[in-house]
Amino acid sequence: MGETITFWVLAVVSVGAALGMVFNRKAVYSALMLGTVMLCLAVLYAVQDAPFLAAVQIIVYTGAVMMLFLFVLMLVGVDSSDSLVETLRGQRFWAAIAAVGFAALVILAIGNAVFAKEAGLASAIGQAGYIRSLALLLFTKYVFAFEITSALLITAALGAMVLAHRERLTVRPSQKDLARARFLGERPSPLPGPGTYARSNAIDMPALLPDGSVAESSVNRYIARFDVEQDHLPADPKLAEAIKHRAAVESAEEESK
Amino acid sequence: MESPAEIVQHTAGGMIGASWLMIAFPLLGAAILLILGRMTNRWGHLLGVAMSLASFVVAVLTFLEIIGLPAEQRRQAVHLYEFIPGMVDMGLLIDPLSISFALLITGVGSLIHIYSIGYMSHDPERRRFFSYLNLFVAAMLLLVLADNYVGLFIGWEGVGLASYLLIGFWQFKPSAAVAAKKAFIVNRVGDFGLLVGMFIILATFHTLTFSELGKQIAEHPPSGGAVTAIGLLLLLGACGKSAQLPLQSWLLDAMEGPTPVSALIHAATMVTAGVYLVVRSGAFFFPPDSTQAIAVSVVGAATLLAGAIIGCAKDDIKKGLAGSTMSQIGYMMLGAGLGPAGYAFAIGHLITHGFFKADLFLGAGSVMHGMNDEVNMRKYGGLRKHMPITFATFFIGYLAIIGFPLLSGYFTKDGIIETAVHHQPILGWLAVLGAGITGFYMSRMVFMTFFGEKRWEKDAHPHESPAVMTWPLMILSIGALFLGGYLILSNRLYFFLSPAVGTAEATPEFDFASTAGLVTLALVAVGAGFAWVRYGRAEVPAVAPRGSFLTTFARRDLYGDALNESLFMRPGQWLTRFAVYFDNRGIDGLVNGLAAGIGGTSGRLRRIQTGFARSYALSILFGAALLAGALLLVGNI
Amino acid sequence: MTTHYLVLSGLLFAIGAMGVLIRRNAIVVFMCVELMLNACNLAFVAFARQNGNLEGQIIAFFVMVVAAAEVVVGLAIIVTIFRTRRSASVDDANLLKY
Repeated sequence: MGETITFWVLAVVSVGAALGMVFNRKAVYSALMLGTVMLCLAVLYAVQDAPFLAAVQIIVYTGAVMMLFLFVLMLVGVDSSDSLVETLRGQRFWAAIAAVGFAALVILAIGNAVFAKEAGLASAIGQAGYIRSLALLLFTKYVFAFEITSALLITAALGAMVLAHRERLTVRPSQKDLARARFLGERPSPLPGPGTYARSNAIDMPALLPDGSVAESSVNRYIARFDVEQDHLPADPKLAEAIKHRAAVESAEEESK
Repeated sequence: MESPAEIVQHTAGGMIGASWLMIAFPLLGAAILLILGRMTNRWGHLLGVAMSLASFVVAVLTFLEIIGLPAEQRRQAVHLYEFIPGMVDMGLLIDPLSISFALLITGVGSLIHIYSIGYMSHDPERRRFFSYLNLFVAAMLLLVLADNYVGLFIGWEGVGLASYLLIGFWQFKPSAAVAAKKAFIVNRVGDFGLLVGMFIILATFHTLTFSELGKQIAEHPPSGGAVTAIGLLLLLGACGKSAQLPLQSWLLDAMEGPTPVSALIHAATMVTAGVYLVVRSGAFFFPPDSTQAIAVSVVGAATLLAGAIIGCAKDDIKKGLAGSTMSQIGYMMLGAGLGPAGYAFAIGHLITHGFFKADLFLGAGSVMHGMNDEVNMRKYGGLRKHMPITFATFFIGYLAIIGFPLLSGYFTKDGIIETAVHHQPILGWLAVLGAGITGFYMSRMVFMTFFGEKRWEKDAHPHESPAVMTWPLMILSIGALFLGGYLILSNRLYFFLSPAVGTAEATPEFDFASTAGLVTLALVAVGAGFAWVRYGRAEVPAVAPRGSFLTTFARRDLYGDALNESLFMRPGQWLTRFAVYFDNRGIDGLVNGLAAGIGGTSGRLRRIQTGFARSYALSILFGAALLAGALLLVGNI
Repeated sequence: MTTHYLVLSGLLFAIGAMGVLIRRNAIVVFMCVELMLNACNLAFVAFARQNGNLEGQIIAFFVMVVAAAEVVVGLAIIVTIFRTRRSASVDDANLLKY
């Protein structure tokens, strides 16, 4: 009974999360949805007498793989969301047909199949205990496959390093070079922080200089643009003007790209 | 009436055992001259003559040994080697018939070799010419000496090859190249007949050896359709080689070759191979009064008239002689179709013709040699004073061929005519008519060439030919004078040949005062007189007058070429054109269409390769779904 | 209960497949592939219990290991492509065509 309730709850959640992952425009949301599905699956593994797999699922998938996804998403650009216009004619329609058809066929097949009463893992585990019998299988019968996977992991790690490695074509600039470049540039000092002497300490609030003028460069350009787009401008016209100005700089830069 | 004597296997050595040297000498000569090539240019012609003479010496010695034997042992088979194991043993048959031919071939051949030294002296390719001549002599000897049809066929093809090479000897002349090709192709038709005939012989009698055939036929006299078919097919072969109707068209064009070639191959020897074939096979497949024997006579009679008519209209001296050759071989075929009664006269005429026709051809060659290779008789005239020896020998040959009493041709030709009148009266009287026409056209030739006014080109300086050319002429003219009488009177040739070809019911007697003979003489006289009136006394126009319908008919070789063209060449061209059209449009169209179809389809199909991984993934998912559905269906069944 | 798990597994697999087909962001496509792998794992685990056999779990374990390796290499490839082409869209990499 407990398993049935768990199943139904988690099944609904996981299917919904999966659909959300597919249909959400933003990749970060998709990643979070996938994490949800994986957690649900981990619980379902645990329910099905597979606690080891449940742990591995959480550690490897939710912990490592999903973090990797998020890292790469950050690397590639969080804000680059998919456009909703489909470029391939009929792709969505036929994809839906194929997916629904495939699911219908699989479900039909499973529905037609007649299963005996579940055998349960008690006999397979025996007196050795769950982890011991799992280890027994892994290190005896499947030891060769296990060793192969270790080789695979090493190869994958090496491959990832080789792929991600960027060849340096120029001499690495020394600290001296960097300092000289900074002083030769427009601004030798760091940018002012936002809202330091202001009435508000929000990150999108420009700082005021000691003479009361607005320090425009204290606001992040992206945040400024976000504020303009979302109409989150402060009441003070002087500050609002500065934020608009800052957002315009960002827009111009975007255009020039 | 007796069958030919049985062939005995020759075991003792002697000249008969060494008779293969006859073939070996000229073959060796040809091989040396062809293989060593230009190295032999200086002495090649001498080697050629020496080999031919050596062969002649062997032939004479063999002949002497043969006549030393009793008559029933004069057919000697000499085994050489196993040719096709279990079927054909290569061997030579030395008997009166083959040795007669061998003597003619080597004798006249040697004379023509000697003559050619002079005639070809200015030709840079003289050595090659002699190698071909030697090749021809070897092949011709193999043809007549072989003791089986396979050897005969090899020789048959060998002479065809030599004939082709020699007609096209001056291959830089397109007309010579075309003439050589024509001779080769027309001969193929005849060879086809001979070959199929040999197949049927092999299928019917399981042997191709003369001695075996003789034994089998002596035990079971042949009859029925197979023998008739064999006879007619062999006749087809004979027609091809001997330029008989309907395969006569190549001989006139063959005169494009050098004149000694025309004399040796296309007058004296090779073209008589058909007569040899008929006489040799006579005892087997041409029983007297059978369909095929009558067919031989009919072909002969038709050709003798056709050749004579063609000869009347030719202004080219060599083509005139070629027409006459056709005609004379027609006489031989007529005689050969009459069975053993006619064989002696046919072979006799063949031998004497070999002499006087070679004499005439070489005389014509001598005239051409003195007249800058001019062949048009309308540009000759009055040459008898400038070439006395040539004129004398040519005149003897002329008298012999028209059958002037007591000369060679008189005996042999009248012999054939009388026998023909006796056995086949209609054909016989046609032959009498042909003799009259012969009298006309040969006289015309002599009058136009040696009598009348000079009609030479300006740069012509006629002169007598060198001794190396006139001596052969003289020797040949001696043969033309006396050989006929020697062979025919008291039936010397008849009795000599009878072991090889059998005897007739009644021994033929030469009748000096037979009706046919007298009529022939009268007609010949009329013909010669008419020729004197037209060409001797009257002026000969330098350009041939248009002439009547009959003249045009004769000038165009009785429309033989036109007939061949419309019957065989045009349909052949249509067939090839249709085949080309069918190939281009039908087969190529199919293939190209298929290719274009595949190309077009793939051009459209490749549009599926969009490069979008998601499209591919979609098709993969569809495939997976289909597989799942299929598995489901199979599982449910 | 096995039937339930299998149906859920099939549903998740189909949803993942559909995601692969309709999403253009290479990273999201990758996530959908991971979802499909997870759906398979669920089926393996369910079958392991159904048949009273631990080998299903072992296979699921191997699938996870291989999936981890695949993710590492796949993401490295995506990063490399992005670095050169400034795009993570699978439709932009369509040079290999007619």
